[in-house]
Amino acid sequence: MATTTTLAKADETVEYAARLDHVSKSFATPRGQQLVLDDISIDVAPGEFVTLLGASGCGKSTLLNLVAGLDRPTAGSIATDGRPALMFQEHALFPWLTAGKNIELALKLRGVAKQDRRAKAESLLELVRLKGAYGKRVHELSGGMRQRAALARALAQESNLLLMDEPFSALDAITRDVLHDELTRIWQETGVSVLFVTHNVREAVRLAQRVILLSSRPGRIAREWTVGIPQPRRIEDAPVAELSLEITDVLRGEIRRHGQH
Amino acid sequence: MASTETTPVQDSGSVEAGLDALETSATGRPTLRQTLVGKILPPIVAIAVVLVIWTLLYPVVDDPTKLPSPGAVGSAFKDAWLKGDLLGYIWTSVSRGLLGFVFALLIGTPLGLLVARVKFVRAAIGPILSGLQSLPSVAWVPPAVIWLGLNNSMMYAVILLGAVPSIANGLVSGVDQVPPLFLRAGRTMGATGIRGVWHVTLPAALPGYVAGLKQGWAFSWRSLMAAEIIASFPDLGVGLGQLLENARTASDMAMVFEAILLILFVGIAIDLLIFSPLERWVLRSRGLLVKS
Repeated sequence: MATTTTLAKADETVEYAARLDHVSKSFATPRGQQLVLDDISIDVAPGEFVTLLGASGCGKSTLLNLVAGLDRPTAGSIATDGRPALMFQEHALFPWLTAGKNIELALKLRGVAKQDRRAKAESLLELVRLKGAYGKRVHELSGGMRQRAALARALAQESNLLLMDEPFSALDAITRDVLHDELTRIWQETGVSVLFVTHNVREAVRLAQRVILLSSRPGRIAREWTVGIPQPRRIEDAPVAELSLEITDVLRGEIRRHGQH
Repeated sequence: MASTETTPVQDSGSVEAGLDALETSATGRPTLRQTLVGKILPPIVAIAVVLVIWTLLYPVVDDPTKLPSPGAVGSAFKDAWLKGDLLGYIWTSVSRGLLGFVFALLIGTPLGLLVARVKFVRAAIGPILSGLQSLPSVAWVPPAVIWLGLNNSMMYAVILLGAVPSIANGLVSGVDQVPPLFLRAGRTMGATGIRGVWHVTLPAALPGYVAGLKQGWAFSWRSLMAAEIIASFPDLGVGLGQLLENARTASDMAMVFEAILLILFVGIAIDLLIFSPLERWVLRSRGLLVKS
């Protein structure tokens, strides 16, 4: 089996797409300070695909907000190589713009010259296999097409790091499988680093080079797996299923602890 | 195994193309016949029913000083048209109303933005602004006459006091209803500060703003009519409100009906010609208009 389990930290290289150094986050609640994330240290190497896996209350979305710079950590530091792009569970495309104009807005805000935007947007749409959808309004696209257009808009930021917050969880299973293939292909073609948050174990194993399991309340790194199964994988592949089973058992163990109080 | 290839991955592109085709359905515009039967026929039937009831009621009331016959009102229209006054009445009022509305737009929009975005301003004048909406603008006519005299600026002042709160409040509620997800998405793309307002907040608030404009027009028109009826003065030119007031003093009930119908029709016509198409365009382009 080409998979290994590791608890060791990643190599101390200087190069990284994102570096989280002993990050903690707590929020003020009526019952006092509530710790949501506790001492999280993660390095995402350039071009690496990392999934963060956890049950409810593990602070996955809080963590992504911190990395995206939408919020500040209470303790620790976060460094990213440029402004990360962020993709949400909902497509978050602007309904007053066409699919193509949504992408062009991202290009414009990045400072791409006006005459270059159209061609760039068209080529990004082609990358996510939405050729011909340039003039389509968001409501004219299917769920899978919207997420692909949102991916194209995120890629338009030409960020070195793509943050994905359960981007496929609202899709039907057939569409999701296809988008897994697409995301793997685009990741390999563009060489972008991906930090992908999910609560779907198989999805995590299907996509990632490294799976990081977070415990809940507060979110801590419980364990980490390096996935050595060669891409392209399928979610039904035996090695994917086997590792998913192992991870699921550890995840359930983590969840079980919360019922014992 | 017969095949030497064990490739587990198929070409996902073609699967995707199939999914896309399955999940998108073509929607077309309604045909002329559908528009005729669905949109134009029902109001015509409603008007016909009103005319029938009116005709039946006329001999029952049997007092032309209280209820004129439809024919008498029709000939009042005809007389005004033949004298060439009809379009003049309409134009006097419509030009006042629209110009006043444009002023209200120019004042209400920045005011609404300020209330929506600046916490202090919102706390200070937000409640007053919503409260002003429920104050009938006719209440402003007496002070406006005293401050500004019997002239056109008095009319504009009354229109402004009626329409500015609606327009500003529409924009405020539009901004309040912008989904936070859009703001987050905008911020991750670098749309912060004034660029965030221009590229995300304002376009996202457009449906609420247009609803405010629509209501603002209704309030403009109502305020103007109130001002014209109360403060009618020959030198101001005869608008629809003055026409109504003149008819009342002349005890000409057919002309009273003529004026009321004109006020109603002009209000509806402006809404149908300008504001409804604007609102439909905004909603349709966002997929918010459900086609029946």
